[in-house]
Amino acid sequence: MDMSARPLVEVRDLQVNFVSREANVAAVNGVSFDLMPSEVLCIIGESGSGKSVTMRSILRLHPPRRTVIRGHIRVGDYDILSLSERAMNEVRGAVVSMVFQEPMTALDPVYRIGDQIAETVMRHEGCSHADAMARALELMELVKVPSPERRLRAFPHELSGGLRQRAMMAVALSCRPTLLLADEPTTALDATVQIQVLIMLRKLQRDFGMGVIFVTHDLGVAAQIADKVAVMYAGRIIEYGSVADVLMRPAHPYTLGLLSSTVHGQSRETEIEAIPGSPPDLRHLPPGCSFAPRCKFAIPACSASFPPLVAVGPNHAASCLRVDVVRQDSMALAS
Amino acid sequence: MSTQAQARLEQAPDRGGRAQPMLIASHLKRYFPIRGGVLNRTVAEVKAVDDISFTVLKGETLGVVGESGCGKSTLARLLMHLLPRDSGDIIFDGDAVGQLHGLPLRDLRRNMQMVFQDSYSSLNPRLPIEQSVAYAPRVHGMGRAQAKRTARELLQRVGLRPELFAGRYPHELSGGQKQRVNIARALALNPRMLILDEAVSALDKSVEAQVLNLLGTLKREFELTYMFISHDLHVVQYISDRVMVMYLGQVVELGPVDAIYAHPRHPYTAALLDCRLTVDPATRIETPPLVGDPPNPINPPSGCRFRTRCPHAERICEERMPLLGEWNNRPESHLVACHMVHAGSGHSKAPPGGLH
Repeated sequence: MDMSARPLVEVRDLQVNFVSREANVAAVNGVSFDLMPSEVLCIIGESGSGKSVTMRSILRLHPPRRTVIRGHIRVGDYDILSLSERAMNEVRGAVVSMVFQEPMTALDPVYRIGDQIAETVMRHEGCSHADAMARALELMELVKVPSPERRLRAFPHELSGGLRQRAMMAVALSCRPTLLLADEPTTALDATVQIQVLIMLRKLQRDFGMGVIFVTHDLGVAAQIADKVAVMYAGRIIEYGSVADVLMRPAHPYTLGLLSSTVHGQSRETEIEAIPGSPPDLRHLPPGCSFAPRCKFAIPACSASFPPLVAVGPNHAASCLRVDVVRQDSMALAS
Repeated sequence: MSTQAQARLEQAPDRGGRAQPMLIASHLKRYFPIRGGVLNRTVAEVKAVDDISFTVLKGETLGVVGESGCGKSTLARLLMHLLPRDSGDIIFDGDAVGQLHGLPLRDLRRNMQMVFQDSYSSLNPRLPIEQSVAYAPRVHGMGRAQAKRTARELLQRVGLRPELFAGRYPHELSGGQKQRVNIARALALNPRMLILDEAVSALDKSVEAQVLNLLGTLKREFELTYMFISHDLHVVQYISDRVMVMYLGQVVELGPVDAIYAHPRHPYTAALLDCRLTVDPATRIETPPLVGDPPNPINPPSGCRFRTRCPHAERICEERMPLLGEWNNRPESHLVACHMVHAGSGHSKAPPGGLH
């Protein structure tokens, strides 16, 4: 990839707090990353790690009155956090679009699939309904929906889960966005359908030259689709690098723990190496490394202040004081 | 058992002996009618469970895999008698269930319990978890104080410190903690068998690993038999002794886990296994092992139900339904419902006739 090119997305020190009368939840605590054009970034993390919140901030989908967002987000030429609501509506769908985990709730149950695709096309390109429907048919063929003419007239509940997810992808791609946000789009699908959707998404991404930010908790899915991987824990990116570096040579104890607790072909005689404990309460984050209480490598210094990102290789960094020790362990795991 | 377990109900005795399977299901059927038209007549049927027979041996873990809509959960509900069956027999440790002179339903529920996928909706939101766990022992005649003691012991056992958690309500717990409560509740009657219906599927990976380890420990400690239903083939491989593969309401392959994972004999099993994702980005899958969604269980294809997605389908597959065959009570036996495996079936890839 051309290293001199300007990144498509720049996120700098993003902080998101959800404030209510009872609590102040620090969901995202200083996230920074770049995404180059036509690059696929996977954000990996467990529930509550802030991965979806980070992504939704790019589209400003959080309720404005209860959310405090600080930091800087740039997509193309748009400074997302300073745009007016009206300008934001031009960005949504046309420049940045999103596919969700549950297509049944993301699609409108009372409109036919074709009308939902056509609506987006008409809204952003100002064409006639007939033209928009022709475009919808094209899109349905693109996402490989069998007998697309018939499916355009179908309501969401008449489609199977896999077809619904494809239809939602057709809506998302309808205005040729430069950035696609995908929030666990294959998690609710069967493994046999999931791999079909992943292969299709990979192909569309290449054909359209889209940048993709893909949120998942499944390391196997990330291995299938990502160029870069960012691992999140308690609202921070704790490891970042190429997919091969992060998944095959992890440098952060949490990434290492995730890999060893993922079941894939371990012997039945031994217990799985699970990460003990549970994630921290985002209302009262500890001052130091948020993973330290669960970490087998932790030393007293870990609880003093949050460790900075340390480079462990070209384009590979982890925020851990003990990367050297962890790396030895992960080398042992790999061999 | 230790003094710790004395507060609990005694586990029911082993009636049939080691060789008697824990559970025998024979020719289970359950069709759901779809009504329509002015007269509200049955216009179609969903064949959710269509003539399924299998056996769960004592002390083993039988893994059940298949895509959504294949009837895994309906099967679990039939076994628990949460749904009435249309036909077929369920025999628990030698006793037919729910028949005259058979095992009464109350005793079956005492011996066999279930853990559901959705850990939140399967707990009563208005009961502190301690009371949820103590509920079943109370129903089965245990005193209030003793039931409470049982509940606290079990919460301790599943890794929730009772002094911290006993008085909490389900909404105050994380997903993993709620699933631990569900497991404690299932164990409250000291059952001999647990049906785990996607019990770890909704959990995060690190929590899933903790719960799987817990299930392993509990199985050894309480001498349990598991039926483990999941769509995650990695997890099923890890936890199961034998595996049953289902497709559209039928069993297509049944055998020891190592044999099935090393040499799947049904094309559907092979395709399912090929869909497993690894964490190595160098091994990306370029062509999907299976195309299309699972067909609708209303009006399934004639003959072999998998033939519409099968790369080896021939005319015989359309004409005749391949049978799984009778199980011979040996754990190592490997059954396949595919014409390619049965000698003399008429499929071009079948072994020559007369060998079997």
